[in-house]
Amino acid sequence: MKILVCISKTPDTTAKIAFTDNNTKFAPDGVQWIINPYDEWYALVRAIELKEKDASTAIHLVTVGAADAEPIIRKALALGGDEAIRVNADSHDSFYIASQIAEVAKQGGYDLVFTGKETIDYNGSSIGGMVAELLDLPYVSLATKFELNGITATITREIEGGEEVCEVSLPVAVSCQKGMAEARIPNMRGIMAARTKPLKVVEPVAVDALTSVVSFELPPAKAGVKLVSPDTPEELVRLLHEEAKVI
Amino acid sequence: MSVLIFIDQSEGHIKKSSLEALTYGAELAAQLGTSAEAIVLGEVKDDLAALGKQGVKKIHQVNNSALNHLDAQVYTKAIAEAVAATGAKVVVFSHNISGKAIAPRLSAKLKAAMVAGAVGLPNTSNGFVVKKNVFSGKAFANLSLNTDIKIISLNPNSFHITNGDGVAEVAPLSVTVDAPKVKVTAVNKVTGEVPLSEAELVVSAGRGLKGPENWGMIEEMAHLLHAATACSRAVADAGWRPHHEHVGQTGLAIAPNLYIAIGISGAIQHLAGVNRSKVIVVINKDPEAPFFKAADYGIVGDAFEVVPKMNAAIKKLKGIA
Ligand SMILES: Cc1cc2nc3c(=O)[nH]c(=O)nc-3n(C[C@H](O)[C@H](O)[C@H](O)COP(=O)(O)OP(=O)(O)OC[C@H]3O[C@@H](n4cnc5c(N)ncnc54)[C@H](O)[C@@H]3O)c2cc1C
Ligand SMILES: Nc1ncnc2c1ncn2[C@@H]1O[C@H](COP(=O)(O)O)[C@@H](O)[C@H]1O
Repeated sequence: MKILVCISKTPDTTAKIAFTDNNTKFAPDGVQWIINPYDEWYALVRAIELKEKDASTAIHLVTVGAADAEPIIRKALALGGDEAIRVNADSHDSFYIASQIAEVAKQGGYDLVFTGKETIDYNGSSIGGMVAELLDLPYVSLATKFELNGITATITREIEGGEEVCEVSLPVAVSCQKGMAEARIPNMRGIMAARTKPLKVVEPVAVDALTSVVSFELPPAKAGVKLVSPDTPEELVRLLHEEAKVI
Repeated sequence: MSVLIFIDQSEGHIKKSSLEALTYGAELAAQLGTSAEAIVLGEVKDDLAALGKQGVKKIHQVNNSALNHLDAQVYTKAIAEAVAATGAKVVVFSHNISGKAIAPRLSAKLKAAMVAGAVGLPNTSNGFVVKKNVFSGKAFANLSLNTDIKIISLNPNSFHITNGDGVAEVAPLSVTVDAPKVKVTAVNKVTGEVPLSEAELVVSAGRGLKGPENWGMIEEMAHLLHAATACSRAVADAGWRPHHEHVGQTGLAIAPNLYIAIGISGAIQHLAGVNRSKVIVVINKDPEAPFFKAADYGIVGDAFEVVPKMNAAIKKLKGIA
């Protein structure tokens, strides 16, 4: 069994969001970079759990990013990936990134491609579906559980107001979210081992981006909270009804 | 050169997010000086012609039971053929569960630029630029779509729904329907409650409530307002509330018209899931709670005193004895 886990680098969840260069670039000053939480906690850890059940499983990691993505990919190796591939390209266009991942996947011949449900910076929820289409694989998105029985995967996915259980034969692409696994902390042995695990750098294939970011903007500041006395909660109800008109 | 809108159904019923997508698509078509058409896959129980109210003229239906459940691969192929048949230049989805599965596949298949999570109509004064949500609600990006065919996936609850008096023409459409590879074996819906992802009003509570036995007043408020209930991660992790109620960075991201946060501190990871709510109300006994900075209305007070009084006032407002 070969699993490809797509790993992206995002600003830490508490990072201050600001832009430079006339609001065309994210300001990275003082920002701590992390593995996108969905990629780490759910996609990668579930892959590791599958390997713990079946030791013949190989977990390959792929990231599309510049050299500054390497600490992130090393951390993912420390958690439990076997080897990593970095496609040496810096792009924010989902189709461009997906095309690079699909190329890596074609070379490797994987039974499973795991992505996170979305990146917490770009919030595309797109790359998994694009990769699946480029590889002509079935795609199960927003998965909360994943079990394997031979070549049949039983996957639970979110639907509006509930969940759905489905079955699909490998190979398949899956986007992973809460429920798939529990977050882990890399241990010392993992960190040591990660130093010598292979991290291959490949050059991107030529693909045209389909989109470009014109500018970023911050939402308008809130006017400030209107406080109501705790002695008159009925006044809050009146405001919500008459002023905000939401109830 | 038309605009084609994907209508999403579940168990034969049209989802509310599709009404937003239809209105959006119709207004976009007017902006571009073209017509709006729609496509629906699978067997539908609702009255499709009535969707003309949202401004769409023609609905293409692929009435095939093999399409009753989502298989993104099969859906994408069918929709791609519909795009070719209608000559659509813009395809509109809701950025809901189905849209997140299908729209990117269609983008890759047609090499068509896509914006995921659009929050408004495009600016077409110079190219085709759409504003989208980024950084989990903390910023927006203006994204230029640089291909002939464009795909827009509209953030739920970010566009109005018009209710005109149009009637849509419903016509069968013949496209390739492959056998699904994803076989749905069970559907487990939380019954009797307002689904959180679609709720317009949400009442949410956190660790400030001390224990699961105190949720009666929260459920009462939700019931009185026809709202869904939600909770912080701390509460779901403690097992006080079911996990599907957990909102935030790692839980569900929602954008209701009203979000009432009771006894929740307002940690940045919590805010990431709720900061797109139109009106935020915070009830917390700590005046320094960070949530007040993100709130529109608030009460600094003890939830155990404030909430029952609010419930009484809501009952009075609604004329419930
Ligand atoms: C990577 C990461 C991801 C995370 N993802 C999420 C997420 O998705 N969602 C999420 O919610 N959290 C998330 N968290 C956790 C988050 O940081 C907070 O710890 C959590 O939201 C706190 O929950 P809380 O507000 O219910 O509890 P607390 O922080 O304990 O706050 C309780 C609040 O209740 C108030 N209170 C106490 N008694 C009363 C009373 N009688 N009346 C009124 N108010 C009272 C207190 O003043 C306090 O503000 C994440 C954390 C990390 C590190
Ligand atoms: N640059 C990247 N390199 C590798 N995988 C990525 C990259 N960007 C996104 N992904 C994967 O695609 C998922 C969805 O990303 P997005 O479509 O941007 O929300 C992420 O959770 C990752 O698993």
